[in-house]
Amino acid sequence: MKRYLKAASLVVGSLFIVGMLAGCSGSKEPPKPAEKPADSTKQMTVGIALSTLNNPFFVDMRDGAQAAADKIGAKLIVMDAQDDASKQVSQVENLIQQKVDIILLNPTDSDGLVAAVKEANKANIPVITLDRSVSGGDVISHIASDNVSGGKLAADFVIKSLNGKGKVAELEGIAGTSAARDRGQGFHSLIDSEKEIKVVAKQPADFNRSKGMTVMENILQSQPDLQAVFCHNDEMALGALQALQAAKKNVILVGFDGGADAVKAVQEGKMSATVAQQPKLIGEIGVQTAEKVVKKEKVEAKIPVALKLITKQ
Amino acid sequence: MRDLLDKLRRYRMGPLIGLVLICIALTLMSDRFFTPANILNIARQVSINTLLAVGMTFVIISGGIDLSVGSILAFAGALAAGALASGIDTGLVLLYACLIGLAGGTLNGLLIAYGRIAPFVATLGTMTLFRGATLIYTEGRPIRAVEEGFNAIGGGYLGPIPTPVVITAVMVFLAWFVLNRMTVGRRVFAVGGNEEAAVLSGVKATYSKVFVYAVSGLMCGLAGAILTSRLMSAQPTAGAGYELDAIAAVVLGGTSLSGGQGGVLGTLVGALIIGVLDNGLNILNVSSFYQQAVKGIVILIAVLLDRRNAARG
Repeated sequence: MKRYLKAASLVVGSLFIVGMLAGCSGSKEPPKPAEKPADSTKQMTVGIALSTLNNPFFVDMRDGAQAAADKIGAKLIVMDAQDDASKQVSQVENLIQQKVDIILLNPTDSDGLVAAVKEANKANIPVITLDRSVSGGDVISHIASDNVSGGKLAADFVIKSLNGKGKVAELEGIAGTSAARDRGQGFHSLIDSEKEIKVVAKQPADFNRSKGMTVMENILQSQPDLQAVFCHNDEMALGALQALQAAKKNVILVGFDGGADAVKAVQEGKMSATVAQQPKLIGEIGVQTAEKVVKKEKVEAKIPVALKLITKQ
Repeated sequence: MRDLLDKLRRYRMGPLIGLVLICIALTLMSDRFFTPANILNIARQVSINTLLAVGMTFVIISGGIDLSVGSILAFAGALAAGALASGIDTGLVLLYACLIGLAGGTLNGLLIAYGRIAPFVATLGTMTLFRGATLIYTEGRPIRAVEEGFNAIGGGYLGPIPTPVVITAVMVFLAWFVLNRMTVGRRVFAVGGNEEAAVLSGVKATYSKVFVYAVSGLMCGLAGAILTSRLMSAQPTAGAGYELDAIAAVVLGGTSLSGGQGGVLGTLVGALIIGVLDNGLNILNVSSFYQQAVKGIVILIAVLLDRRNAARG
């Protein structure tokens, strides 16, 4: 009997831990209908499905959305797909089950989430996409930085810094994401027309810091006389920075996103520039647009969010 | 009391009781959880992992492990999308994906049975190999797979039941039948329980080993086709980390990692526990970081309880 008591206490103890975890994860229980204050306006519930929360960029996006939701007194339900399209489809389904008023979707992949968007359409829940678009289904509005023009900003900066002559390496994002495609396309649209500038190495490092470091180390083995590196995001640039510092190379290093770490690196002169997206603003505009949609106001089908080049001033 | 507990243990009801308890807890915590729509929702979400875990059950009972399931899934899914793009009929595409999976699994089996490589190492090698092959084939981009008949496999319904759930149910039944009612299945237990004794009593251990990995591969191929159909695209990074969820489902279901005992019905319960936790914690709006921690705790509790029972003999 003692044994079972022990086993039972183990289960109860662990459930207690789980309960504590759930309790302190900052998620508030939905108010029970009985305890609801007797006001006529129903609280708006917004579901936000993010591709990953392992990246400061999307954490900023969430924070912006959260701040905007708090301001208007809406409830925000956050989902993190850990960069897995199939997991994200499940999470969107779960948001539909919860009957949220509107879904803000930051898809892990443009094709993979079409089925999920169609399901939301079927349930009459409007969808707004953030940062990446989906290639099917009805999306009421798409809110994103203009990645192609961002790539051009980076190329323009590299060309000016090199005085139109030199060897450049490019660290690409996850192949197949529209962000990687558009940034690369914008960058090449200007760089490729420069006769004296050669892109001598082009390798994917999957938007990831540690991969950025290893890929940069490898490129330095084959191209020791690089003069500039363009990375499709800051995480890779900060990884590349580690490799460049270890090899005692001082080259022009341009990132993309304008996250806090990168901006600090630019101010300290370790990175030359970063094309700043404004993820907080994307999240904020997302929730503001959601509110308009729920109130049946008209919204634009495409809402571009400004980018800016941050250099050491 | 003691009699009852003994009975429960003999029929390995522990995982099922755990599942029921978790369901009761979630039903009490959220009125959105125990609805017909959400139950079907969960069933569809666990289909892929259940298929992989059923194949994994064969492998683990034989005393092995298969780390390559996610990569074979991605490879078969990518080739299926490619075949679909070249205008091949839906039924044939499905068969093709299954055959690719079968071939991949057979390769694992040959390496382990005839190449005498430890399962962990052999499948670690093929896991990397098939991931590379997938990236080569897809050029790192998702391959679109939009065709109404094909998309019905992952996204359609047979009556009120989602098609993938029906396919998975049929496969679970077939697997149970093969494992418990056919000689070829009984031999898997013999090999996993005591290989030497099995060989001495006339069981060809090499055949059994090739067989279990081939079954696992076949399940991966089928799962790959379903996932590609559901996401309307083959993702080059599909299935990353799925081997761990599959192994977790098998372990939660009471199959011992040392081989020789276990079953697919327990695995089904294990997969459901993981699926119900994912869905329920989503619906309770628990942060994804806590979700992972909770999942880990549940697996550890299950194994601890299992060990206590094993120690009693």
